[in-house]
Order: sequence, then structure tokens, then C-alpha cells
Amino acid sequence: MRLLIANGYVIDPTQGVNGGRDILIEDGRVAALLRSGGATPEGAEVFDATGLIVAPGFIDLHTHLREPGQEYKETIASGAAAAVAGGFTSVCAMPNTDPVNDNPAVTSFIVEQAQAAGLANVFPVGAITKGSKGEELAEMGEMRRAGIVAVTDDGRPVPSPGLMRRALEYARGFDLTVMDHCDDPTLAAGGVMHEGEWSLRLGLRGRPALAEESDAARDCALAELTGARVHLAHVSTRGAVEAVRRAKARGAEVTCEVTPHHFTLTDAACEEFDTNTKMNPPLRSPGHLEAILEAIADGTVDAIATDHAPHHRDEKELEFDHAAFGITGLETAVGLALDRLVHGGRITLERLVELFSTNPARIFRLEGRGTLRTGSHGDVTVLDPELRWTFDASRSKSRSRNTPFHGWTFQGAAVATIVAGRVVYGREEALTAKG
Amino acid sequence: MNAVLKQRNLLGIRGMSAEEITHVLDTAETFREVSAREIKKVPTLRGRTVINLFFEPSTRTRTSFEIAGKRLSADVINISSSTSSVAKGETLLDTARNLEAMAPDLIVIRHPSAGAPHQLARVCRAGVVNAGDGAHEHPTQALLDALTIRQRKGGFAGLRVAILGDILHSRVARSNAHLLTTLGASVALAGPGTLAPPEFAALTGGGNLSVARRVEEAVEGADVVMVLRIQRERQDKAFLPSLREYAVHYGLNLKRLSLARPDAIVMHPGPMNRGIEIASDVADGSRSLILDQVANGLAVRMAVLYLLGGGAGVNVASPNPSAHARAETGPQPEVADEPRRAVVTAGAGAPSEPTDS
Repeated sequence: MRLLIANGYVIDPTQGVNGGRDILIEDGRVAALLRSGGATPEGAEVFDATGLIVAPGFIDLHTHLREPGQEYKETIASGAAAAVAGGFTSVCAMPNTDPVNDNPAVTSFIVEQAQAAGLANVFPVGAITKGSKGEELAEMGEMRRAGIVAVTDDGRPVPSPGLMRRALEYARGFDLTVMDHCDDPTLAAGGVMHEGEWSLRLGLRGRPALAEESDAARDCALAELTGARVHLAHVSTRGAVEAVRRAKARGAEVTCEVTPHHFTLTDAACEEFDTNTKMNPPLRSPGHLEAILEAIADGTVDAIATDHAPHHRDEKELEFDHAAFGITGLETAVGLALDRLVHGGRITLERLVELFSTNPARIFRLEGRGTLRTGSHGDVTVLDPELRWTFDASRSKSRSRNTPFHGWTFQGAAVATIVAGRVVYGREEALTAKG
Repeated sequence: MNAVLKQRNLLGIRGMSAEEITHVLDTAETFREVSAREIKKVPTLRGRTVINLFFEPSTRTRTSFEIAGKRLSADVINISSSTSSVAKGETLLDTARNLEAMAPDLIVIRHPSAGAPHQLARVCRAGVVNAGDGAHEHPTQALLDALTIRQRKGGFAGLRVAILGDILHSRVARSNAHLLTTLGASVALAGPGTLAPPEFAALTGGGNLSVARRVEEAVEGADVVMVLRIQRERQDKAFLPSLREYAVHYGLNLKRLSLARPDAIVMHPGPMNRGIEIASDVADGSRSLILDQVANGLAVRMAVLYLLGGGAGVNVASPNPSAHARAETGPQPEVADEPRRAVVTAGAGAPSEPTDS
């Protein structure tokens, strides 16, 4: 099976490619990068990418697919559909399912369900500890064999520094990156939003930035001590990005990701007690948001990851104190990044591709992904940075609707998603507009 | 709908203008007289349904709202639910939708979660009155406190108010901080370091709010000293070592009170923990206006229900609403056989139909 993606503007930082190229994909792999305007290879289907940006497939390092156990909010299939609708060719599935993905049986189940769905690639991330309870190490070796690409207890921190040390040392032996959700529970103390001017004003318990910053500093120090690879999930604070910056300068193998909502919204968004502004880590004050934007621009932040956290209406239409933490994100991430970061003058398109593709593949050592080198997987994300569109949550492919971005207009979108050489998503407006 | 209170709900003091607040206080002053009559009733809200939806135990506030509604001739229903939670029972919004289906005119809600009245207001056509939502706001408390202060002190400009206690968890402190600073008073908050964070000074976004390091600093030279209730749970969650320590180092006793102006008044939203946040000789002393607060609470709640409930067009009595006069207590003048009737203007929107009692 051959697919020629023709007349597009290809950006691939792994090869220093930044210009007009055609891409030929054969049997699911990149066969060649060709000069534009050449003859169409025999038997090849043509995808006309005139006026569009063509990038190695985007990879979301942080997605909650809820299957097994919470299929009422999302399944691997519906999550994968939302992923490709958002321009993602691969997602990394967090282990806080029910049962927790802390053993090869659950890992294999996720892999099979993903294959059955046949949309985005789904890479399971296994738990660090059994049940993510933060007590005993989970069987990383067994899970590695079954297909995990990293480990995390996400949803929860690893509260014990001593245990985190053991986890890093052990994971190193399987070449696994350890992702940490930095959140000291004794400092966070049951807070429901950022501790600051707004939490005081609204009378809601706050989670201080220090709850994240202190764990982040700890993890960076442990990365240096153990030589292991540490990836900090959804950083949202000045202190965390500063810790990462310092650690990188010292040569530690530390990386980090930020979510689109953390580079877009502040804690002021909580004013009306809309539970679609409740997530963990919480929306922070403007000083933290500014630090995140600076860190995205200066390379301290390695990746944008959605932390797509679908929740059923029944779990969100509750008092702010009781509503579940989290919002969806797969279908709005690229729009927010193009609109706020690229059109906002903070980063170039090339940097955007690094944040969504090049770096995520490197962080989890995903072979043949995040690149369009010959022989790599034929996963491609096609962008139209100029397309204006409005996000209608009621038409989301996700089973859940918990988003603060319903009705938002963006300049820029992923208009087609290609996985292993198959076009698994094409945005109607874009394709019909091109006639 | 009335011309001065812009919304159909009273969800908080934050966002209310000085004019709106003053209008409520003036209206409340006119209602004080109703409670002094032998037949304590005006037909103002006749035919209206008021539901008191209390998710937190409360005798004082709920009774106050109930009596307020009944004196206005409304049909008042009290619903006390156990705390709404995900695991058991009906959700807050389902409760709201069910009530809404019975077309109440006003819902008065007290709830342990901040924002509950706001969520209710999004779902209900009825006007919503916040009777206390978690640590967020308690607008009628601040209004009755203001009325009490105004009666004794005449006005707010330049007044120095100290609010003492567990500021962090206090909706009374928040609502009062907004109200008093809006009307031109300066407010000093003080309490234990764990319960009175300095960041609180930014609450109102204005300049007249400060957090003192020590209770004595806040009380010094104050015209009004407001004492907040301390809760036993604070000890369990490492906010305080013991209530005894609180009483000794933070409680308002005569010695601390002597730092205030000689004519300072003492207030407490109730219920009091005698001997902990407030010494008995202060609570029962001549400067304490705690019981006046309760009486004013009734008048304020009548005013709020009236202003939001649309008032059935009956003009409510008070021959000479002297907003700055002290409450009159003592034996009532002779009453006529039928309730007195007089006129007061309550805002441009008040219709003026003829009434019967």
C-alpha cells in the first residue's frame, strides 16, 4: 500500500528538514522524502497537502483512556478516536485504570484493545508501584515485555523519596523512563484549586505551588544521584521549571511536559465555580503561567502533553469541592498550541513539532517515531496553521464532555492524521474548503 | 424586580456597590418596626413560596429566615438535608431541579461547599439567597453586622474594624471585609499564624484591608471588634495546638478589649464558645451588641426576601425610618385594632396596588 503526501511543507527537526517535500509511505513505513512536484509513484494514493504543514506524527505522552474499568467515561477506542481527531498519531495511556496497569495481563489487554480500534497507536505506561499505592515496586520487567514504554503512578505522586530512589534505580535496568506526578500530599492537603489570591477569595482550599515544586526538586536531585531518566508530568509552577532548568544544566537526565490548559488559563478562571476549571495540578496564578511560557520558549519544557482526563457529567456536575479533577484535551491541544504559542509569537512551527513529536518520541524512546527518516513509521500529522475553527464539545469523539474550551475559537488546527500510511482522520472543513 | 439590587440573587457581597448595600440596610431598618408590633405580619410576600434549603445544621440562621419569611406572609418551607456527597443520596443539582419543578419564588441555601448557591442559581429560575456557602460568603450576616454598626456608630467612613479569629475558614470574615471596605471602613484581620494568612490583605483588591501580626495590634484603637467562632476541628488538622492556647493567646478578654477605643463595640456572629474566643464578661458586657445583631438579622433577612421576592406591591410600614437611630426596646405604644398602614418607597420598581391585610 502506497501513500504519497504531496505538495506539503515538511518540518522534521530530526533531519533538519524545513521546506517543501513529498513523502512516500509504503506498507506503513516512510519509504522516501522526495522533491515536490515529481511524478506520482505507481499505484500510490495521493494526499494533497498544498498549503499545509506536514510533520512526523504527534505523540501525546499523557492520556487517560479509562479502560479497563471506567468505560463509562472513555474507552481505548473512543480515546483513540479523539486522539486522531486532535492530530495525534500516538498516545501513551496512563495506568490509573481499574485494575491499575501494574502487571502484564492488563498491559496486554490495553495493547489488544488498541489494535482492535485501529486508530491511534496506544502505548501503555505501567505503574511504578503495585496498585500505585506507593509501597512496593510493580513488575516493571514483566510489563516491559508486555509492551509498556515507561512507568508512572500518575494520578498520584510517589510520596516517599526513598522509594522513588529505588524505583529510579530499578527502572534504569529496563531502560524505562520514570514519569512523576509531583504533588506532596501533606502540602496539598486536600486543596481543590491553586493556593493563592483566588482560593482565599473564593473560600476554597488551596494547593500551594510548593506541593509540586518540592517533589520536582526532589526528583531532579534523585535523577542526578541515580543516573536514571526522570520525566516530570504536567509541570505548572515556576519552581518546577526552574528545578528542571538547573538539573539539565548539571547534565541530569530530566525532562518535563506541560499541558495546554497550563499555558492558557489562570486560577482566575475558577471565579464562577465552573468545575471544568478544576484539575490537578490546578490552574495557577499569572506568575506561574508566565514562567511556563518562558520555559516553553527557552527549551526547558520538552513536550506538550494533554493529560486528557475524561469524566462523566455525573462526576463533574457536583459542588466544586466534590467534583472530579480533570478535563479532556486531545481535541483542543493542537489548536491551543498553534493559536496561543505560534500565533502568540512565543515559538516557531519547528519548535511546535519538537514539542509534540520529536521530543516525546525521544523521552519514551519510541523507536521510529517522532521522525520522518526513511524506515520510520508512517505516522504523519498534517496542520493548517491558518484555519479558524470553533471547538464544539458536543461533537467530540470522546465519551466525555468535561472541557472549559467549548465554544472557543482557534487559529490553527490539525487537519489530517495518518497512522502507518492510512488516513485515519481528515477534517471536513479543511478538506471541503480545498475543494 | 427592583431597581437597585441588580440581580435576582444575593450570592455574595463581593461585587455589590455601596449604593446597593446601603439600600438593603435602609430597607432593613424599615422592617425592624414590624417585629415590634403586636401582630408581626405584613402581606408583602403573600402568595410567594420561600424554601429554606439548609445542608448544614443551623438553628439561628434558619429560624431567622423562617420568621422573616412568615412575617412577610410568604409560605415558608424548611428542608434540611444531610451533606450532599457523591456516594450517597441525591446530588445538589438534582435537589435543585426537583424543587424548581414546584416553582418556588426564592430559595435560601446554606451549604458546606463554596459555590453551591452559584451552581443552584444557574439551574433555578427562583431567586437564590446565599445563607452561607462553605468558607466563601455569608452576605446576610455581613449586612446585619453593618446595620448593627451603623445604628451605633452612624456611618462607616474612617471606622476601624477588627475581625479576630479563624479568618482562613470564615465566610463571615470574607463578606464583612468586602462590605466594610466598600462602605469606607478600614478592616484589620488577626488570628493565629495558621489561620490568618497575610495574603488575605489582597482579598478585596483595595487598600483598606490589612492583616495584623497580633490580635492586640488589630484591636488597638478599634471602633468595632468582631470575634469569630473557633472550631474544635482546627486542632485536629494541626492548625492549633489546643483550644486552651487559643483562649489564652488569641481570645478576646477584657484586657485585650481595653486596647480598643473606650466606646468600641463588640460583635460575634454566634454561636459563641464562651471562654474560648470570647470571655463571658466581654460577651455579656455593656459593649456587646451580640443580641442586637440577632434582631437586626431578622430585619435584614426580611429586607432581602422582600427585595428579591418582588414584594406583592404592599407598602410596608415605618412612619419615620430613621436609619441612624438606635433600636427601641421596651413596652410598645398602644396598637390600633387593625395593623397600621403607612408608606415607604422601596425603589423605582415597587408597584403600588391597594392592599388588604
